[in-house]
Amino acid sequence: MELCDHSAHELAEMLRKGEASSREITESVFKRIDEKEDTINAFITTTREIALKQAEHADTRFRKNKKASLLNGIPIAVKDNLCTQGIRTTCGSNILYNYIPPYDATAVRKVLQNGAVLIGKTNMDEFAMGSSTENSAFGPTRNPRNPEYVPGGSSGGSAAAVAAGESILAIGSDTGGSVRLPAAYCGVVGLKPTYGRVSRYGLISYASSLDQIGPLARTVRDCAMLLNVISGHDTLDTTSVDARNSNYLGCLNKGVRGIRIGLPKEYFVEGLDMEIKDHINRALTMLNGNGAEVIDISLPHTKYAISSYYLIATAEASSNLARYDGVRYGFRSKDGTNDAAAMYEATRSEGFGSEVKRRIMLGTYALSAGYYDAYYTKAQQARALVKRDFDKAFEKVNCIITPVSPCLPFLFGERIAEPLQMYLVDIYTASANLSGLPAMTVKCGEVGGLPVGLQIIGKPFDEEMLVRVGHAYEQITGNA
Amino acid sequence: MEYDTIICFEIHVELKTKTKLFCACATEYGAPPNAQVCPVCTGQPGSLPVLSKKAVELCVMAGKALHCTINATSRFARKNYFYPDLPKGYQISQYERPLCENGYLEIMSDDGQPYAVGIRRIHLEEDAGKLVHSADSFEKSDYSLVDYNRSGIPLIEIVADHTRNPLRSTREAQAYLETLRQTLQYIDVSDCIIERGQFRCDVNISLRPKGSQPFGNRTEIKNLASFKSVVDALSHEIKRQLELVQSGGHVFQETRLFDEEKRVTVPMRTKEDAPDYRYFPDPDLVEIEIDRAFAENVKNNTPELPEQKVNRLIDKFGVSPNDALILARDKNIANFFADCADHCKDRKKLSQWIIKELFKLLNQASTPMHECSVSPRDFSDLINRIAQGEISDKMGRAVLEEMFETGASPESIIVKRGLKLIDDTAVLGKAVAEVMAEHPFAASQIAQGMTKPVGFLIGQVMKKTDGRAHPKIVRDLIRKRLGSKPAG
Repeated sequence: MELCDHSAHELAEMLRKGEASSREITESVFKRIDEKEDTINAFITTTREIALKQAEHADTRFRKNKKASLLNGIPIAVKDNLCTQGIRTTCGSNILYNYIPPYDATAVRKVLQNGAVLIGKTNMDEFAMGSSTENSAFGPTRNPRNPEYVPGGSSGGSAAAVAAGESILAIGSDTGGSVRLPAAYCGVVGLKPTYGRVSRYGLISYASSLDQIGPLARTVRDCAMLLNVISGHDTLDTTSVDARNSNYLGCLNKGVRGIRIGLPKEYFVEGLDMEIKDHINRALTMLNGNGAEVIDISLPHTKYAISSYYLIATAEASSNLARYDGVRYGFRSKDGTNDAAAMYEATRSEGFGSEVKRRIMLGTYALSAGYYDAYYTKAQQARALVKRDFDKAFEKVNCIITPVSPCLPFLFGERIAEPLQMYLVDIYTASANLSGLPAMTVKCGEVGGLPVGLQIIGKPFDEEMLVRVGHAYEQITGNA
Repeated sequence: MEYDTIICFEIHVELKTKTKLFCACATEYGAPPNAQVCPVCTGQPGSLPVLSKKAVELCVMAGKALHCTINATSRFARKNYFYPDLPKGYQISQYERPLCENGYLEIMSDDGQPYAVGIRRIHLEEDAGKLVHSADSFEKSDYSLVDYNRSGIPLIEIVADHTRNPLRSTREAQAYLETLRQTLQYIDVSDCIIERGQFRCDVNISLRPKGSQPFGNRTEIKNLASFKSVVDALSHEIKRQLELVQSGGHVFQETRLFDEEKRVTVPMRTKEDAPDYRYFPDPDLVEIEIDRAFAENVKNNTPELPEQKVNRLIDKFGVSPNDALILARDKNIANFFADCADHCKDRKKLSQWIIKELFKLLNQASTPMHECSVSPRDFSDLINRIAQGEISDKMGRAVLEEMFETGASPESIIVKRGLKLIDDTAVLGKAVAEVMAEHPFAASQIAQGMTKPVGFLIGQVMKKTDGRAHPKIVRDLIRKRLGSKPAG
């Protein structure tokens, strides 16, 4: 076992005891990158020089015996849709292939201030639009568990980096499942916090009312450690919430005795892989055996979630992506120099990939005069119903457990030609975004060497419950 | 057939805030290009807007002054369109639930009666940047440069209501613009300097047969650079529409531009070409809640309105109603008067000197009052000296001119120029005696008790003293020499 295979928690202990230096850990991570990156392609940009410098600083901080953060000296990878000052941030797109942000995203600023070591910027579906990381302008990322398979998306680079030991921790973003799905497919832990828990400032918007930044790690404890640092109100994001800031590490060992777990019947229907269903049921039996109560619940409007998600997300995206016009930054086409309209057309036609263009067109249509009420308004109404289902359910239960994905990781090219098949992969994850709820993926066994994910959904701002149940499950199964 | 004219303004007013609407960038006018920009107002990926409380206060203040209902909850919406000066590809504006609705502005109508012109809504939005073309238009230019200093500066859009007491003539339109501008300047939400784009007018015009209810098709005119352009554009457009309908033609709903050179309106785009802005609520900004305390606080901090100012000038300082109206037209002038009045006994002279002499100088130099270099203390000092006869009106004008140009005090100018009137009776008596000797005929008439040459002799004394003789003393001295008139 090399240094890069340890959890952040273990490494933090070793750093404190002087058993390892941040430099050694960082070098171990880059050694792994050198070995595996040709296959995995988890990164769009690696920042070796910066990382080694940051590692030196972290080690100095320990030597001077300064009170150091738990993140001090720990390698972290950041999804390439979070702005990093002076470091190229592409969002997986040709249209931003040369974009160097003049500022740091709030979440990035926080981890760096805590002494984390930035390993690089991870690969992703272009503008976070996709469920397989096949839609990247910088080539697909491969699943470290089996490179024939997709790592899930859109934070596929972040999940793969953590799974492969190419980083210890990672930050992703989740609009309809983009942290949870790749975490599940790569067999790591991924958490989408409550909408408003983590500042979106500096996260390149896909769908503003759904986007949320979240941690990826190999254990629930590591996830909690990273969430501690990145969460909190930010004056630069008025949708971030001034909620009680918990210490998510403090609730790890509270166990599941007396916890009421809801099991929504609408999530266990046709279309769900039987082996995944079995794994989830086995997990529930174990939790039940440790004192949790499992209660059948109903979320009757679940069937509207995926369609309303794809209307709202694309509507917001059509507006959010309007700024990529070639005027101020990023790619500008050499054609269409006659007038501004021609320049926009050429720049956007060449700069965006086909999935992004598809979603911009869908969203533009949904917002158009004469269609707005039938699509956008209707979708918002459905969204309210989906949210109300959860409100009602949470009157009876402390958390809800579901599968993460209806299917196991799939092969490259298996679904990419059929956008609708790809969209349906988000069927169990999008509801939490529509409702703004926190949700976490933990690993729950394997099928033929491919990991199965289990999703825990909590009440608004009750990430503690996710961490508590997730950690208990890891302890029971010996996964962490 | 006779037609009624319906005129309806949409006016954008730049708010007087130190920072932009959604970021902390400065809003100073005339800064070097792109010196007042940041990730937010240049639309960098990942940046987010944070609403300025001050801008909301000013918008609500304008709403209160225009008798609007302030909505308890309000939302921002995105107006989507592409243009190089629009960094995000959408403008953050308001669509449903603007901050203020259903108000009115009282103006003097053509028949001399007060007339409450309906205002449909006032909403808050961000300004776009500015294009600098290499030639005189976008199309003809080899390249265009973009300056984002203006991008994100807060604007309010004041939309009149064509269904509630619409404006009916060019004259009423002008009264509306002037009254609106005066009101906004008074409450200090904007300086409303048209040349700086702080007060921009778009106007809708339609005709309908006298006595009929339904409105005719309207045209909207954009690109109006001054009040004069508004008046000219309206006159031209009303005439154009009248000629059309009277000759059996139709007015089509369209947007027209005012050609500043030819002083006519020309077609810009038809209704069919009107862009679909795809408004939807901006998910980056939470709902604004205006509670009673906030609205109350804004109301309590609202400066005096024009009519209150007029009443105060009349009641407190005894200014004539006519002078009060003139002084109150510009808040800064009214304030200047009030500041002077504290140090001035002769307020009639004070108001007259402001209206006649100071106005003349301000106009000649086209200087706005707030940039005038004459302080109220110096101005009142000057008026006091004139009122006490220390200097003549004519000298007063000369002194004021120099005060206006250099900002020097009247005292120093009078001393420097040796303008102070000679009031020494011995000196003046000598001068009178000399003049009498020089003009024996006039002297003889005086001796005979005739008053006719008095004025002439005063003039001669003035000439001798370079105009510095105290006229009242000279007059007294001459009159003392008047002999008794022969009887019969």
